[in-house]
Amino acid sequence: MATIDQSKIRNFCIIAHIDHGKSTLADRIIEKTGLLTSREMQAQVLDNMELERERGITIKAQSVRIVYNAQDGEEYVFNLIDTPGHVDFNYEVSRSLAACDGAILVVDAAQGVEAQTLANVYLALDHDLDVMPVINKIDLPSADPGRVIEEIEDVIGIEAADAPLISAKTGLNIEEVLEQIVKKIPAPQGDANAPLQALIFDSLYDSYKGVIVFCRIKEGRVKKGTQIRMMATGAEAEVVEVGYFGAGQFIPADELSAGMVGYITASLKNVKDTRVGDTVTDAQNPCSEPLPGYKKVNPMVYCGLYPADGAKYPDLRDALEKLQLNDASLQFEAETSIALGFGFRCGFLGLLHLEIIQERLEREYNLDLVTTAPGVIYKVYKTNGDVIELTNPSNLPDPSEIDYMEEPMVKAEIMVTAEFIGAIMDLCQERRGIYQGMEYIEETRAVLRYHLPLNEIIYDFFDALKSRSRGYASFDYEMLGYERSELVKLDILINKEEVDALSFIVHAGTAYERGRKMCEKLKEEIPRQLFEIPIQAAVGSKIIARETVKAMRKDVLAKCYGGDITRKRKLLEKQKEGKKRMRQVGNVEIPQSAFMSVLKLDDK
Amino acid sequence: MELYIHIPFCVSKCAYCDFLSGPSDAGTIRRYVEALTAEVRACGEMYHDRIITTVFFGGGTPSILTEEQIVVIFRAMRESFRLARDAEITIEMNPGTVTEGKLRTYREAGINRLSIGLQSVNDRELKMLGRIHTFADFETTYALARKVGFQNINMDLISAIPGQTVESWRGTLEKAVSMNPEHISAYSLIVEEGTPFYARYGEGGEGLPSEDEEREIYDLTRRFLEKSGYERYEISNYAKPGFECRHNKGYWERTDYLGIGVGAASLVNNQRFSHIRDVAEYIRLLAQENCSGRKGAESAPIKSVSGQTAAIKSVSEQNASERIEKIVTERETLDVQAQMEETMFLGLREMRGVSIPEFEAQFGKTVQDVYGRVLSTMEKEGLLRVKDERICLTERGVDISNYVMSQFLL
Repeated sequence: MATIDQSKIRNFCIIAHIDHGKSTLADRIIEKTGLLTSREMQAQVLDNMELERERGITIKAQSVRIVYNAQDGEEYVFNLIDTPGHVDFNYEVSRSLAACDGAILVVDAAQGVEAQTLANVYLALDHDLDVMPVINKIDLPSADPGRVIEEIEDVIGIEAADAPLISAKTGLNIEEVLEQIVKKIPAPQGDANAPLQALIFDSLYDSYKGVIVFCRIKEGRVKKGTQIRMMATGAEAEVVEVGYFGAGQFIPADELSAGMVGYITASLKNVKDTRVGDTVTDAQNPCSEPLPGYKKVNPMVYCGLYPADGAKYPDLRDALEKLQLNDASLQFEAETSIALGFGFRCGFLGLLHLEIIQERLEREYNLDLVTTAPGVIYKVYKTNGDVIELTNPSNLPDPSEIDYMEEPMVKAEIMVTAEFIGAIMDLCQERRGIYQGMEYIEETRAVLRYHLPLNEIIYDFFDALKSRSRGYASFDYEMLGYERSELVKLDILINKEEVDALSFIVHAGTAYERGRKMCEKLKEEIPRQLFEIPIQAAVGSKIIARETVKAMRKDVLAKCYGGDITRKRKLLEKQKEGKKRMRQVGNVEIPQSAFMSVLKLDDK
Repeated sequence: MELYIHIPFCVSKCAYCDFLSGPSDAGTIRRYVEALTAEVRACGEMYHDRIITTVFFGGGTPSILTEEQIVVIFRAMRESFRLARDAEITIEMNPGTVTEGKLRTYREAGINRLSIGLQSVNDRELKMLGRIHTFADFETTYALARKVGFQNINMDLISAIPGQTVESWRGTLEKAVSMNPEHISAYSLIVEEGTPFYARYGEGGEGLPSEDEEREIYDLTRRFLEKSGYERYEISNYAKPGFECRHNKGYWERTDYLGIGVGAASLVNNQRFSHIRDVAEYIRLLAQENCSGRKGAESAPIKSVSGQTAAIKSVSEQNASERIEKIVTERETLDVQAQMEETMFLGLREMRGVSIPEFEAQFGKTVQDVYGRVLSTMEKEGLLRVKDERICLTERGVDISNYVMSQFLL
């Protein structure tokens, strides 16, 4: 394919609050551009990870190149880069935005502007993108496009009067979106004859092709045989193939030139050689400096991940390395637990990120995992002047060595309809929130501002928010920094032995409540054994809660005659197998599910 | 070798029963008896060299068969198998399903042990269990059996049923013992999936005695019956000295047994196999083979007349085994490891336990080599005891015997 005139290229993404219809719009755009027939369209073709489809959300940024015949008679190439919508994935959004020149902002005609609508728009503006609003779901009975347009202009401050009024679900007015893409999204500006400068915005590992680098060519060109260099890692390799993204497949091309979005495969086998955000250049004719890349995003939530079967430790390491390749926000380092053996302390952007990584490890890599309670990074100021950044509660120094501790705080904005303001304020109060103010966006909706400790929102805050507002509240947060706090380590003792994997840091004021709930939950999870098992929660040497698992009283089969023997054997085998899946702590068998169940202590 | 003969019919199904049985019409029962008789003859061809030490008619309620049907089955059995002179021959029955005449027929056929399903002495409990008889029915049947001359009678009891208390159970035991049976099987109720009881109570659900009460009831049973002269020789079985059920002991000691009839299970030469569970299909497969079965029957007299030439014998044996193979569903050959495991988890059901010298003679390995670690752990935990060169469960070991037995899987 001949090099395409840059003026006929549009690189854009779609941003939206979760559930406002971003993926559906992407599907319609792909459909209307005629790349795929209606019959080939699976629902949501961009979400090609099994997990994404099941959860109905977009996790990984996906890209697709499509061809559009515009009303001006010209043929345009669109590179549509899909972005995740959840607050945990701002980093991914940021990566995708850097590859674009413009963004379509999808706003739900009934819901209007929500917390993440704002957050995403600000991100896009940070990247100097032109934002083009689209009002979706106008087929809903509760749609109020006039009000939403006003909201976009007032709250966000961007022109929305001529925003297309569409229904991505029914396909209404999608043509207008396509035309506006041509008119409103700027064409890329790059010099195809300058030295190669390409931004890596994603990558993945394929067992046949090795590492596949997704990039936006800012300047210059790249083709098969080009000797490329990764500017940050210094790794060099010869390009094996370049191409662009079909829907769900890679389509090889002769070359990629300035303004284009596509992929490169090179003789790179080592996952660590490519880093998202790095700049690719021509080793023979390098560019003078790398692109700015992205702001490095630091994990905010930590937990231990352990293979259920200790022998799978190397497999878990391998899987984590591969996942990290296209999820640079995932961090991990090796650790050991007395209860769980060898595993990794992993850092995540948030709890959803944690859950998704855990599920991907289990599904895509067939690993059976045990997860410890998630926590945040605490700063421990020791009496000797040292400061420790604590990610694993087990490493907390002896209280006598601690001067004081600090915990991370977030600035939270919660959008909620007036009737639920009271309920949400109660929730924030319970979570140690500090009220900062409230503004009405319109008569019936307000933004609540709170400062909240991060460790209070990583568990089930989002769920609680939704359930107390019947799904109407939306929420966004940003890091605020550290504040001094009364924190204690809560230990769980099973049969008088401390189980390190169950320890966590908690505010002194909630320690009793949490300890009690943990003990209750563990009592349900730990099966009766030969002897009575006390389950205790302790802060330091003080026991603050206790439950008891009574000794197994009866496990006997009354009848066993000629026809029962095969069945009896199966029963015994099952019993023995069940025992294997338990973790031995001291002389108590703890099922793996017990370690996980304490992650989900119900709020009410 | 032992014989088990399955009669899958009863007058009506009890609320807790998960056996292969159910009510049926006279025609089906008649055809079933024909098929069963054909199978008895075919099996006789295959195992004519084995001596039968015990026979057990189980069900269902075998006593709902007519006298003629019992006679037909027994004739086939005696003609086909070599029964030991002192063979223990048991039939299961329910109160109210036998007449004096039927009991006399049993005696004449050679049946020398009766197992009567009493379950409870309380008519309200009997009704709740879905039983169709009263305690008075039992008394009548029992008295008739004694009158006719049966000297080895078992009664089945069920404990830990909904609403039962330790005290009400004591009442049941007192009444049972006052009747002076030779043998008592006292089972703790198992709520099996798929039964009306399961729908009503679920697993260990509401309305049933708690685990603690259940164990108290179990404990009372043992103490009460032992005081009354019944020794607990297996987890749920009690007998006066010399009246242990030889047939059932065979299951726990891994004696070969051959199951005949629909759904019946067998252990022969370290193979476990069982029959299809569908009555209609069982009848169809064996009835079809009746023609060739008759050929087999014709060859039998020739065989005996001609002085048993090896060739003829093997042909008829082969025919018989082909016929039987059609009704076999699962067949599993037990390797040495499986045999050792079974020896332990079955043998431990008997209170006297597993004989160490017998284990070592059979497998050529010391128990210490195979199970040394398990044994010492279990002994330390107070679940097992070694006494007189036998390994047996302690009282605590009985309570959680599934756990103990599972440790013997290699």
